[in-house]
Amino acid sequence: MRVLPVGEDALLVEVSSGDEAQALHAELLRRRAEGSLPVGEIVPAARTVLLDGLSDPARLAAELTARELPPAPPRAAQTVEIPVRYDGPDLAQVAAHWGVSAREVARIHAGAAFRVAFCGFAPGFGYLTGLPSRYDVPRRPTPRTAVPAGSVALAGPYTGVYPRSSPGGWQLIGTTDLVLWDHARVPAALLSPGTRVRFVPVATTEPAT
Amino acid sequence: MTDRALVVVRAGALTTVQDRGRPGHAHLGVPRSGALDGPAAALANRLAGNPPDAAVLETTLNGCSVRPRSAVTVAVAGAPCRVTVDGRPVAWGAPVRVRAGSVVDVGAATSGVRAYLAVSGGVAVEPVLGSRSTDLLSGLGPAPVTDGAVLPLGTPREGHAHVDVAPQPAPPDELVLRVTPGPRDDWFTPAAVRTLTSRTYRVSSASNRIGLRTTGPPLERARPEELPSEGLVLGAVQVPPDGTPVVFLADHPTTGGYPVIAVVRPTDLPAAAQATPGTPVRFIAVRRR
Repeated sequence: MRVLPVGEDALLVEVSSGDEAQALHAELLRRRAEGSLPVGEIVPAARTVLLDGLSDPARLAAELTARELPPAPPRAAQTVEIPVRYDGPDLAQVAAHWGVSAREVARIHAGAAFRVAFCGFAPGFGYLTGLPSRYDVPRRPTPRTAVPAGSVALAGPYTGVYPRSSPGGWQLIGTTDLVLWDHARVPAALLSPGTRVRFVPVATTEPAT
Repeated sequence: MTDRALVVVRAGALTTVQDRGRPGHAHLGVPRSGALDGPAAALANRLAGNPPDAAVLETTLNGCSVRPRSAVTVAVAGAPCRVTVDGRPVAWGAPVRVRAGSVVDVGAATSGVRAYLAVSGGVAVEPVLGSRSTDLLSGLGPAPVTDGAVLPLGTPREGHAHVDVAPQPAPPDELVLRVTPGPRDDWFTPAAVRTLTSRTYRVSSASNRIGLRTTGPPLERARPEELPSEGLVLGAVQVPPDGTPVVFLADHPTTGGYPVIAVVRPTDLPAAAQATPGTPVRFIAVRRR
């Protein structure tokens, strides 16, 4: 674990894997909940957790490097089920990349247990991990100028669902009607770091090619 | 019956509603947003008799015009500009009493970029996650103001501010940004780190509420590989593939995949909000306090 100072009141804690980052994030949330970590923001990402708004970052940095972090206890987090029509325009492309049929892409994807590693890009956009690394896919060579809201998409090791229409370079494999982000709802974000997710296939209106 | 609202007569190039933003939601991908020149927005509020977290209008370069439907106190701070009521000049940086139906015009900035128009009672659009700020990156909060828009106003506080005029820093002729190195300075060559803190950059016209973009000598990476996305702070100096530094401002993304070579002291960012394109920028390395 490396602790890097960021400006004058933040720390970036770097670990060696996404799993470690998720365990570190869970531990830091636990400390904040018990009142022993006064901090403005805890922002997990791929291999790091950012702690922003610290009153004494130097002391916390020393403490973090001196102490071994315990592995995160398994959280009894609720699982969000996302109904998906596996009908995305890049489904055939992903199937070719995986060396399976389009139908098999849906079966493999819906069979995996996902977890929100971190959020970013847009409010409520989660980077979900859970597929074995042999299913990593590249981004599209040219990003789309508009990806419709509800698109279920793959890039690198991640699955994401676009909360609203935006430009994007991920491979689109399906669509959900679930509203990922609604600022009038509490909580506004359906997915937050740590949330467990399963994709549930629903019938497509047209057969997948 | 009083109709507490503002009618937008001239929206200007880019006028947004801003308060102190919505920090605390970065883990959900929500930018902090809020007035870019926070001290100027707070001063405008104080002059108008508002609490510091009331929502104001942030204008860009050429101001805006509004017509209050009830009698109000207004104050303009930030970028210096000509302020008129029904065409007659009134004081900038001071409280001005305005009758119902009069037109308040915030003119083009004579220097600086962003003027702040506070109106007694504050702009009372519906808050989103505790803030009325327009976030131009994620689209949260009200859309930028348009001609003819009607903005509701809150109830003014009793009593008035005890200041008539207040000193304000002039917009910078040269923008000096004090930086602490890291967290990813080791992703750049030692020469690149020296270049950042010894050469002069200039404010690019591509700057916006998301970031102050610059032109100047590119910074060479020592590590060419891709950096996995990581959390970003306000004031982070990120270096995209073209090598010219970008200083992240209030509407910055919450995570990013280009290395951050240094971080600007937050107290230097209000001046960055007022630096016009072409202004020289110097990054000065300082030790952590």
